[in-house]
Amino acid sequence: MSIFDFFTRKRSAPVARERLQVLLAHERALTGRTDLAAVLQEEILAVIAKHIAIDRDKVNVKLDRSAQVSTLEIDIEMPQSMVKAS
Amino acid sequence: MSKVMVVTSGKGGVGKTTTSASLGAALAQAGKSVVVVDFDVGLRNLDLVLGAERRVVFDLVNVVQGDAKLAQALIKDKRLDTLSLLAASQTRDKDALTEEGVKTVIEELREKFDWVICDSPAGIEKGAMLAMRHADLAVVVTNPEVSSVRDSDRIIGMLDSKTVRAEKGETFEKHLMLTRFNPARAAKGEMLGVDDVLEILAIPLLGIVPESPDVLNASNLGCPVTLHNPASTAARAYADAARRLLGETVEITAPALEKPSLFGRLFGRKAVA
Repeated sequence: MSIFDFFTRKRSAPVARERLQVLLAHERALTGRTDLAAVLQEEILAVIAKHIAIDRDKVNVKLDRSAQVSTLEIDIEMPQSMVKAS
Repeated sequence: MSKVMVVTSGKGGVGKTTTSASLGAALAQAGKSVVVVDFDVGLRNLDLVLGAERRVVFDLVNVVQGDAKLAQALIKDKRLDTLSLLAASQTRDKDALTEEGVKTVIEELREKFDWVICDSPAGIEKGAMLAMRHADLAVVVTNPEVSSVRDSDRIIGMLDSKTVRAEKGETFEKHLMLTRFNPARAAKGEMLGVDDVLEILAIPLLGIVPESPDVLNASNLGCPVTLHNPASTAARAYADAARRLLGETVEITAPALEKPSLFGRLFGRKAVA
């Protein structure tokens, strides 16, 4: 480690601290409950399945957990014929 | 031909997850398609070390139990598009995994990726057994320290008897990754040397990773060391190990003793590689 390194080095511990705080806040909230994302996905798919046939391979779920907001993104590919029919 | 590789050790805290993430990243950086699978159900950490902890929706247990499709559970690394993660479940216990279910998932992963890296939990129970069960080869992660070496020896025995490959009477390929190696302490005779460990365990050496602040920084940031600081000794050790796994002949150099820098000497701090 040179003097130069010492002054330019970004400290990684604050990043670690922030990542853990966000993660643990979510995990503690989850203890004893089933995963909300999984429950939401099932229920949303069940509602949609009432109207159109869903191919489970064409469902894409993305989640991003942050300190203030989390986003759950469910991407469902609908066949053209189904959209017209309904 | 895709390879299924288990990263195992018996003992906890020796660097299995770091090694899985770093070798996975190094193989992906070498152009291979790689998936790292966390088998530590209930105590997952591979997601955290890879910086994907905020993006886990489905996990290995969901796929094994048929609640999610494999494609939905795979998380692509944001920095390396050839690297994917299959997380372990945090809310279930290890009994949620079944031998048949794991077999099916591994077979499916084998078709999609060049390398399937199974990050084993510590211990010798169900989770560790399932992680090694369908592997073609193993990386045994060992620290130069008595209890770690003893536990590695136990795990080597299990790799030679409890894996599908061993049960078929085939030889099981094993490699030793020596981690947390401190050249200064080994030179002073305070720590087992590389030769000591190799003589006792008698499996080929894949690499030596020095004890290093770069490894800690990398996990703090959630970025494998081979990506975060490729020039560091630890990253080079992992990158070289990946090349050896790909069949290249790369000479193994023991981490050298480093002299304290001017700064270190002035302030009485030890500079560590």
